Amino acid sequence: MSNASSGRKPPRVGDQPLFRRLLIGIVLVVGALLILAPLIVIGVEAFSEGWRVYASTLADPDTRHAIFLTVVTALIAVPINTVFGIAAAWAITKFDFPGRRFLLVVIEIPFSISPIVAGVAYLFVYGLQGFFGPLLEAYDIKILFALPGIILASMFVTAPFVARELIPLMQAQGRDLEEAATSLGASGWRTFFSVTLPNIKWALLYGVVLCNARVMGEFGAVSVVSGNIRGQTNTLPLHIELLYHDYQAAGAFASASILAVIAVFTIIAKVALERQGAGRVRRPALSTPAVPAVEPKP
Amino acid sequence: MKIRLDHVVKTFNTFRAVRDVSLEIESGELVALLGPSGSGKTTILRMVAGLEFADGGHIYFGDQDATDIPVRDRGVGFVFQHYALFPHMTVQENIAFGMKVSKVKREKAAIAARVEELLRLVRLERLGDRFPAQISGGQRQRVALARALAVDPKVLLLDEPFGALDAAVRRDLRRWLREIHDELGITTLFVTHDQEEALDLADRVVILNEGQIVQEGTPEQVCRDPKSAFVTRFLGDANRLSAEVRGGVAYADGAAIAADGVANGAAEIYARPGDLDWSAAGPGIAASVTRVLDRPGGRRVIAVTAAGENLEFDVEPELAVRAGEQGFVTLRRAQVFAAS
Repeated sequence: MSNASSGRKPPRVGDQPLFRRLLIGIVLVVGALLILAPLIVIGVEAFSEGWRVYASTLADPDTRHAIFLTVVTALIAVPINTVFGIAAAWAITKFDFPGRRFLLVVIEIPFSISPIVAGVAYLFVYGLQGFFGPLLEAYDIKILFALPGIILASMFVTAPFVARELIPLMQAQGRDLEEAATSLGASGWRTFFSVTLPNIKWALLYGVVLCNARVMGEFGAVSVVSGNIRGQTNTLPLHIELLYHDYQAAGAFASASILAVIAVFTIIAKVALERQGAGRVRRPALSTPAVPAVEPKP
Repeated sequence: MKIRLDHVVKTFNTFRAVRDVSLEIESGELVALLGPSGSGKTTILRMVAGLEFADGGHIYFGDQDATDIPVRDRGVGFVFQHYALFPHMTVQENIAFGMKVSKVKREKAAIAARVEELLRLVRLERLGDRFPAQISGGQRQRVALARALAVDPKVLLLDEPFGALDAAVRRDLRRWLREIHDELGITTLFVTHDQEEALDLADRVVILNEGQIVQEGTPEQVCRDPKSAFVTRFLGDANRLSAEVRGGVAYADGAAIAADGVANGAAEIYARPGDLDWSAAGPGIAASVTRVLDRPGGRRVIAVTAAGENLEFDVEPELAVRAGEQGFVTLRRAQVFAAS
């Protein structure tokens, strides 16, 4: 008490002024050099030759096709992985079955494996000399060096995103809500759409946003399976690399700026969703009831 | 609706949660399943609800075999221990949920009217627009009950209905639940580990231990005539004294208690704290006071006998007694069971 009245409080554990300034300083400097500076360079370089060059680069048919291909890939891969993520999270958290833990590990694999390994693996499975190669060729189905390959590779890399967000939440929620809904007469679908989904929606959207960002930005795995055919199988990240190797720095930066903008929107959406998700739990607890809580008198 | 359990068995992996339980609950009865944790009481309740399926035996609702009817079609109202209210729905929406998803289609106005009626029944008329997180624990409990009643269940099942509430709220809600039951006359089964709650509320108490029924009867029957040492201990504080039975009398150091029907040999005497008398002079069981605990209505004395057995009993608030004092305990009332 005497400390508080004199205005001098002993520092909290680990809160020495020197240590504190040093640590914050290091983080700020490294953060600026490592993360912020490259982003600024992208912005500056993209417009280094003026608006017109920037606009004309983006209007280039090959660039437009790369953007188109990236969007198509995301439109297919993200919904599929969302459904997969919900199904996996549901299975793992609401059922008991042998191999449950194994499934949990399998879902995590894409996080720990280099994307290029995934790409090469797909080459071995679907390539001409690969496992399904002859069969696919016989039926004239093109997977590698075509859109299906790009989508498969993107899906592999982003498979865990949605499930990872949902599993801890659904584990914490348990089965009570579903059991309550079913005991009140709700069907399985009804229970899912009116009870389960509303309670996981913020985490789900969060997972979808992260998944989308990763699909659009994926380079390694897609690079192996797409064959890098300009104007045909080049997604935006591959296109950027190609432009850069062609000494079209301004073009490369202009294309990169699109991905950077997507990244910024992803972060904004992420923060907003985190607020929403937290708000659902916190808001009501903070507000004081207008009507006093009265227990019944027997 | 009458409920009948016929030789019901449930095993989780290797844990035998419910071992051959047979039980009848009459229509309109309020029955408590009472037991320590792990005694299988919640599993029995969940099997009656259809949330778990029996590995063996049958469950009848009236004359119908309900064993394999899924929970959705079983027509039970279940109140969960932590209420399981839908957090994204208001109180009204929670109560209306069962009517909205029902196979029996209802008019919107009819649903709204029924919700109003239920809110009145559980005395929450003004809280219909609140979310579950905005009301107190006791209020949530009542919303959960209203939601369960909204589907006009044949049977009402409550899992530790007052477990998560503080003592004063619990006592109020207990009396109130009894009133609601008397008003609606719905067959009700509830699970509790709190003897006082079971004895206060239920028409009949079913006491469980290790997946089996050890005794059942009215509160009066189980209190006055416990059939085993377990029931005696579980229903309330009891002092235990080692004794030996010879010819229908249990002898302990300084006490002799009638023990009709108990076989000769080692036995245990059980006596409630209120059934012991303390006097400075004999005769009785010699004991020395180790602690005195003061309570609003009296004094609880903890003493130890010469044989090293602890005794607890209540004395008048005016009685001056201190730790270290010697005296004698006599038993006014006691039960004798053969030693297990």
